[in-house]
Amino acid sequence: MLRVQSDSFDPGKELSAFAKGRHDIGAIVSFTGVVRDTDKTLKTMEIEHYPGMTERAISKIMDEARTRWNLADVLVIHRHGALQPGEVIMMVATASAHRAAAFEAADFLMDYLKSRAPFWKKEIGANETAWVAAKDEDEAALDRWTSSPPD
Amino acid sequence: MIDVLYFAWLRERIGLGRERISTQAATVNDLVDELRAREERYALAFEDTSSLRVALDQELSDFDAPLDGVREVAFFPPMTGG
Repeated sequence: MLRVQSDSFDPGKELSAFAKGRHDIGAIVSFTGVVRDTDKTLKTMEIEHYPGMTERAISKIMDEARTRWNLADVLVIHRHGALQPGEVIMMVATASAHRAAAFEAADFLMDYLKSRAPFWKKEIGANETAWVAAKDEDEAALDRWTSSPPD
Repeated sequence: MIDVLYFAWLRERIGLGRERISTQAATVNDLVDELRAREERYALAFEDTSSLRVALDQELSDFDAPLDGVREVAFFPPMTGG
């Protein structure tokens, strides 16, 4: 399931509801992304996105994950709009019979969401405002998935 | 006529998020050249296309891709999702 929204959400509640009632699942892995303010200078993080393409791009990444790993279910929730430090930005959850597939698929989803989902983060600080630059290491992280995936 | 969209700092630099333009450009690069020739703000925004990405009809593409049948072109900096 995919949700792109400006509303906040409770990752705990989402995780409890995820894959509920299924008995073919032995492993659920989740990742939650939070607005970080290490230097205590951030006031707001504004997340811009490309409505339409965002849903298409993430759906494609989710489909690819389902193709590569035997997943019982996949969940991606990603917010846009103005967020405060400490707020949840997004979450990913994967469910599978065994843990390896769930861990690897969640890792794969995060690597691709970082660099291939059309979101742009802007940090509005007390004194300055700047767009977050994409990191070379995030782009390089995709390379490890271009070779054949593990079972 | 095609819809051209701009996001993030590119949108701010150009001063708008979307416009409909009439163009005979054969490729994305041709379209970028047309835009650059329009006004200084476009020339500055598109100064270095290696720092930009392009999507054609909401699919990531390349600057040398043809525009045949394309209805929506979007330009933006590298994405920072997650």
